[in-house]
Amino acid sequence: MEQRILVVLPHPDDEAFGLSGTLAQLIDQGAYVTYACLTLGEMARNMGTPPFASRVTLPQIRRKELEESCAAIGIQDLRMLGFHDKTIEFEDKVLLDEHINALIEEVRPTLVVTFYPGYSVHPDHDATGEAVVRTVGRLPKAERPPVYCMAFSRNHEQAIGKPDISFDVRNYLKNKMDSIKAHRSQFQAGEILGDKDHTDTELLERFGTERFWTYKFD
Amino acid sequence: MIQPIQPAEIQRRLDSLKDQDVYIHLEMTTGAYAAHMDASKHPAATFITNAVIQYSHGSISGNGPFRVGLKMNHGWVYSEGLTHYVESEPERLILAGHDQQGKLVVSLQLSREPF
Repeated sequence: MEQRILVVLPHPDDEAFGLSGTLAQLIDQGAYVTYACLTLGEMARNMGTPPFASRVTLPQIRRKELEESCAAIGIQDLRMLGFHDKTIEFEDKVLLDEHINALIEEVRPTLVVTFYPGYSVHPDHDATGEAVVRTVGRLPKAERPPVYCMAFSRNHEQAIGKPDISFDVRNYLKNKMDSIKAHRSQFQAGEILGDKDHTDTELLERFGTERFWTYKFD
Repeated sequence: MIQPIQPAEIQRRLDSLKDQDVYIHLEMTTGAYAAHMDASKHPAATFITNAVIQYSHGSISGNGPFRVGLKMNHGWVYSEGLTHYVESEPERLILAGHDQQGKLVVSLQLSREPF
């Protein structure tokens, strides 16, 4: 069966470092990806170096960057849900869950990807992961797709152990680098990637593996 | 275009927005990742967006980074550390303070329409 993947993340660029290679690979193998991005990251501190974005122009700049990143990965279906950056943890949970549930009913995903609630540093990341596992958790057990979570808080492995899922994405490093480069207001690709290309040994080592934790319900 | 602050131009815009209802966006942030990057850092951020205020007297001072104070009927708006403004937005005032890495630390925006 063809994989249908639902990705739910709060900010444009959340897909770039931890997930873009995996998605590019699965899409290459026939997966159809719907990426629901909750906000436009309009409260980000990074405004380009030197600054080329203002608080007023940043949302539209980041929308374009996100579209470019998704094109680099091959994502077929990008949804921007229109929530406000930094507010996900304060949002009406019923409203948030309704949006996520509607996507699940529409997409009928065979796999869901989000942040690991509690271990993902940014309050929006944790709140997004919480909403996703809350909503998936309401489905009858037999209908629940697996939920792969990204985590990167300090000492997260002490609490949740080692990741159980790992993708070798070295063959998709070009897609990943292009995804990172697309977010030019947020990342200085020159500093992160240097002038190296996707065949560079050091970059393959640093960025060639993406790891996830399968969320354990109850 | 985002340009280093020209105090005379900012003063002119502050004057043009006084004594009327204006929407304010006021913000200060150390960034959501401050403590993740460096555990000794204390992460803090605050913003208010699209509150309506009226000020009778507004001025910019300092030699850069700049300070702005707006005197309201019952209080003040104060912001320090401002470095840049959006030149191409003559109808509204869009000020921000960027640190040496270009990251936004503080912003103060005033407009007759909501942001």
